[in-house]
Amino acid sequence: MSESSSEIRDIELTVNVAKRRGKAEPRLLLVDFLRHELGLTGTHVGCEHGVCGACTVMFNGHSARACLLFAAQANGADIVTVEGLANPDGSLNVLQEAFREHHGLQCGFCTPGMLITLTEHLRDNPDTTEEEMRVALSGNLCRCTGYEAIVEAGLDAARQLRDAGKERA
Amino acid sequence: MKPAPFAYHDPTTIAGAAELLGRFDNARPLAGGQSLVPMMNFRLAMPDHIVDLNGVAELAGITVGETVSLGAMTRQRDIEFHQGLAEACPILREALLQVGHRQTRNRGTIGGSLCHLDPAAEMPAVMTLLDATLHAAAWNKLPRQISMRDFAVDFMDSALEPGELLTRVEFAPWAPGHGWAWREFARRHGDFALAAAGVLVALTPRGDIDRLAIVISGLGPRPVRLTSVETAAAGAKANDALVAAAVAAASRVSAQDDIHASAAYRQRIAGVMAERALRAAFERARAGSPAHV
Ligand code: FES
Ligand code: FES
Repeated sequence: MSESSSEIRDIELTVNVAKRRGKAEPRLLLVDFLRHELGLTGTHVGCEHGVCGACTVMFNGHSARACLLFAAQANGADIVTVEGLANPDGSLNVLQEAFREHHGLQCGFCTPGMLITLTEHLRDNPDTTEEEMRVALSGNLCRCTGYEAIVEAGLDAARQLRDAGKERA
Repeated sequence: MKPAPFAYHDPTTIAGAAELLGRFDNARPLAGGQSLVPMMNFRLAMPDHIVDLNGVAELAGITVGETVSLGAMTRQRDIEFHQGLAEACPILREALLQVGHRQTRNRGTIGGSLCHLDPAAEMPAVMTLLDATLHAAAWNKLPRQISMRDFAVDFMDSALEPGELLTRVEFAPWAPGHGWAWREFARRHGDFALAAAGVLVALTPRGDIDRLAIVISGLGPRPVRLTSVETAAAGAKANDALVAAAVAAASRVSAQDDIHASAAYRQRIAGVMAERALRAAFERARAGSPAHV
């Protein structure tokens, strides 16, 4: 029989390569745990029912909606949030820089989710077509940009990452 | 917009999960959470106990042989990327690519989708098309099998008894070289379809129909097979007359009005989807070899 309770649990997990710990009652959503318990407010909360994608994080290597996970489920998990994307020296990474360059954001509310979604998409599909990229972004809503600039930024980042790969080879 | 309080349980075995579900009133199993958690956030669902199945390793896994078996906790993502499955049963991936989005398929499970039983959802329709058998377990009861036709009882209502747990779904794949197609119409990619059609077809060496299955979903509370068309088709030509009969039958499936579309519109779209799916499936069956999607 498993452990069970309605009481507050200790949660230990890895966030952006660092070991973190915090407390969560069972109903606490992962996104609220990240923001309020760990102070990582880069991950945004939009709709709270899995529609907008603003809360997207990497959960054990795959993108997931942090408003549809309970913090209790993240015990032992490996999570990457938007705070973990920049280069080690703190400068913007290729994808983030491409967003800046192409005006891939206006208010910035959707941006953390967009960046995580595209990080996974570019990792798994380095030769992505524009069509594939649009499908990949279909789970992330943006109320400002009209998406064109986001797609341009993503495609530009894909090109740059491919070129960098070729240089290294 | 926050869930009501509940007690959280994380069993690691089917027996453990079944016992928790059997012992507690108002307990709900948590699979991928892509439907249940939104309902909890809205407080449309307020379980007192959540039995998280994500740690029950024996509930997940894919085996492909004489029959295909999918553990209830198999992620949609793992089905999507399984090469053996794509060869044995290519319609599964074609339909799955219309299920939600990358992020939701990464978490969502086959069992969760089947038990949630949204009337427009793809997986219940595909399992209806494949005449799948569902395996259920319960505390202090013998495991039992339920055919997909009996499983989908009514609007979001499955044949599972309170406390019963879906453990896996099983079906016999069609012979290599069969034709398949999933076609649906949705407002936006990843939305639930206004109407959808799935087709499986096997042709004789002469190119006539050997075996045909057609499913329509999104119209009524549960997926519907066009049984009369299927039966009449055996031995018939894969031609326009057959397509016309299927279109007529698809647009007679009883439908409901809702805020997204009128019943008449859905029926018309069902006919169009049936025609597209049939023609695509015929073409693939003629091309003969299971294509690599
Ligand atoms: S806040 Fe999670 S999808 Fe909108
Ligand atoms: S930049 Fe404002 S929502 Fe996307």
